[in-house]
Amino acid sequence: MQQPAEGAAKTAVRQAPPPGPAAPARPQGRSHPGNLPDVLFRATTLFFAGLVLLLILAIGTVLFAQAHLAFSHFGLKFLWTKEWDPVRESFGALPSIFGTLVSSFLAILIAVPVSLGIAIFLTEMAPPWLQRPVGLAVEMLAAVPSIIYGMWGLFSFAPIMARHVEPWLKHHLGFLPLFQGPPMGIGMMTAAIILAVMIIPFITSITRDVFALVPAMAKESAYGLGATTWEVVRNVVIPYTRTGIVGAIFLGLGRALGETMAVTFVIGNAHDISLSLLSPSNTISSTLANEFTEATSHLYVSSLIALGLILFLITTIILSVAKLLLWRIERQVVGSVR
Amino acid sequence: MIVRRMRELARWMAPLVLLGAAVPVGAQAHLMLHGGGATFPFPLYAQWSYEYARLTGERFNYQSIGSGAGIEQMRHHIFDFGASEAPLDADVLSRSGLIQFPMVIGGVVPVVNLPGIASAELKLTGPILADVFLGRITSWRDPRIMALNPHLRLPPLEISVVTRADGSGSTWLITRYLGEVSADWRLKVGNGPSVRWPVGMASKGNEGVSSYVKQTTGSIGYVEFTYARQNGLATVLLQNRAGGFPSPGRASFLAAAAKAEWSGPDRTPRGLTDQAGEDSWPIVGASFILIARDQPDGKRAEALLKYFDWCFRGGKRIVDELDYVPIPEPIVRRIEASWAAEIRSAGKPVWPLAYPAAKSGG
Repeated sequence: MQQPAEGAAKTAVRQAPPPGPAAPARPQGRSHPGNLPDVLFRATTLFFAGLVLLLILAIGTVLFAQAHLAFSHFGLKFLWTKEWDPVRESFGALPSIFGTLVSSFLAILIAVPVSLGIAIFLTEMAPPWLQRPVGLAVEMLAAVPSIIYGMWGLFSFAPIMARHVEPWLKHHLGFLPLFQGPPMGIGMMTAAIILAVMIIPFITSITRDVFALVPAMAKESAYGLGATTWEVVRNVVIPYTRTGIVGAIFLGLGRALGETMAVTFVIGNAHDISLSLLSPSNTISSTLANEFTEATSHLYVSSLIALGLILFLITTIILSVAKLLLWRIERQVVGSVR
Repeated sequence: MIVRRMRELARWMAPLVLLGAAVPVGAQAHLMLHGGGATFPFPLYAQWSYEYARLTGERFNYQSIGSGAGIEQMRHHIFDFGASEAPLDADVLSRSGLIQFPMVIGGVVPVVNLPGIASAELKLTGPILADVFLGRITSWRDPRIMALNPHLRLPPLEISVVTRADGSGSTWLITRYLGEVSADWRLKVGNGPSVRWPVGMASKGNEGVSSYVKQTTGSIGYVEFTYARQNGLATVLLQNRAGGFPSPGRASFLAAAAKAEWSGPDRTPRGLTDQAGEDSWPIVGASFILIARDQPDGKRAEALLKYFDWCFRGGKRIVDELDYVPIPEPIVRRIEASWAAEIRSAGKPVWPLAYPAAKSGG
């Protein structure tokens, strides 16, 4: 939707100087020459939009410049070296990259079904008097600062995991490599669950909003044909809102990738790679949060900034993939309509 | 670039910080001095500057931005003083035109969570502690631990090692000590504010380590003594060089500080860890202040030294209240002698002051 509008705005700007009688014919993006507030308004908004681009570019440049030392020292093998030794100044990003990707992936795995469930319940099944309070409660979750999630995770949730959940998992599923090691309540699984709780409100509120956009006509028709609620959701609501759902998931993923404080509290901060979900791990952002203040040598600081650059790139790649996916879905939808 | 940004930040933040400090403002304009660095002594430095501002109206703004950042600021002479947990090498000091001196003493203690074992019951030696943190001793019923504690009923539990995730003076101190008692530790891990721990999980801050230890049965970690006391964590008895098993506390920290050889060209103790003496706690360290040798502004330099002199003497009560250990009086005299010998402003010595320093403790 944005592209055509932007395009129109651009042409309008470009065509603004020569005043002509053709102008009134265009439905949008018109600007009367000499209409100063209008020109100013356009210039200001353009400036703000440009500022965002400039900011991203500046962040990328600074990260790149300051990570240069680390990459020239360790080479590309910085990406797949497992060691992180501040004393000997031997740094590798693999454990942090692994932890970042795995914790975010697990969080999405947990959060998506729950969020979709909440959204479907709120739009399709909940009695009106319940919709508002539950919806508000979900949105309140989004307003809780991440440090609170971290402290709650550390002081309340981790002990529950250590005493009840993890011993149970070990007892029943202990033969799997996923559930090895002592049940400490601190580690990948706890971090992923906390992350899931943190992103559920985002995914829920977006999907709820897009579900609400489904035309009542389409749903009523399906019900009229004798479809059950499940069939309506499965065959009408979800196909109609695919784009929005994918968008919501990627927004949640983006947030999970960068989440710092809450994860730092419960993930155990060990520069290790382990298959077990019970063992302590690390993420890029928690490594940064932990180690930046006391990093004195240039190589150390540069390696940390290189980690930041990697996170920046991971996020960029994932957002690009999301855009690509959305674009393909949109095309399919348009195709199917035709 | 970072440095310039930090300087701006410091300028912007300082008034904000002080807005909340409720400092009485006298008729004459008072100086405001900036410092920053180590996080461990922050409660003490904050309390000192609050008390000092109440007494004299002079303000000292301390930002606990981490030792690394504090050192970096002082290298570029942005702050009036910096604070670091680990002493800087003499050549770094002379290259950066800084002098350093210890401001306060504290101890790091291993803490354990073992059912049935109370505080100051479990005995450990340095080499055993090193092997636990190296991951070589993995069970509390290891023969070496059992032999040392024949009267204790040790639980058949795996040892869960808990360390600090963030760079810290506590880590610097304990890794230095472990290196002193174990050659393998020196070889495999080394000494630094953050190191590559061979085993265990890590948490942020003293409070993070405290809570991990509290929650994990069979765990061992290390924290600043204050945190162990406040959180009711079980400390251990750690064998010192003389063979004694002192319990950690102000008395054994003081004993170590008294035995330490406070020499060297930079007036830093040659290490407070692993001191001689039957009563010396082996993991003791100082927090250091960094100031410029050549002070650009004589007035500020005077205010700075007057303040530190007050901290050493008048501020002692606060040190005690907050469970730190003050620098012994003879050492204070030597530190102040070094100010007289080395700190200059426009070629003239700054210390001793032309007028008497504030000595009242309030």
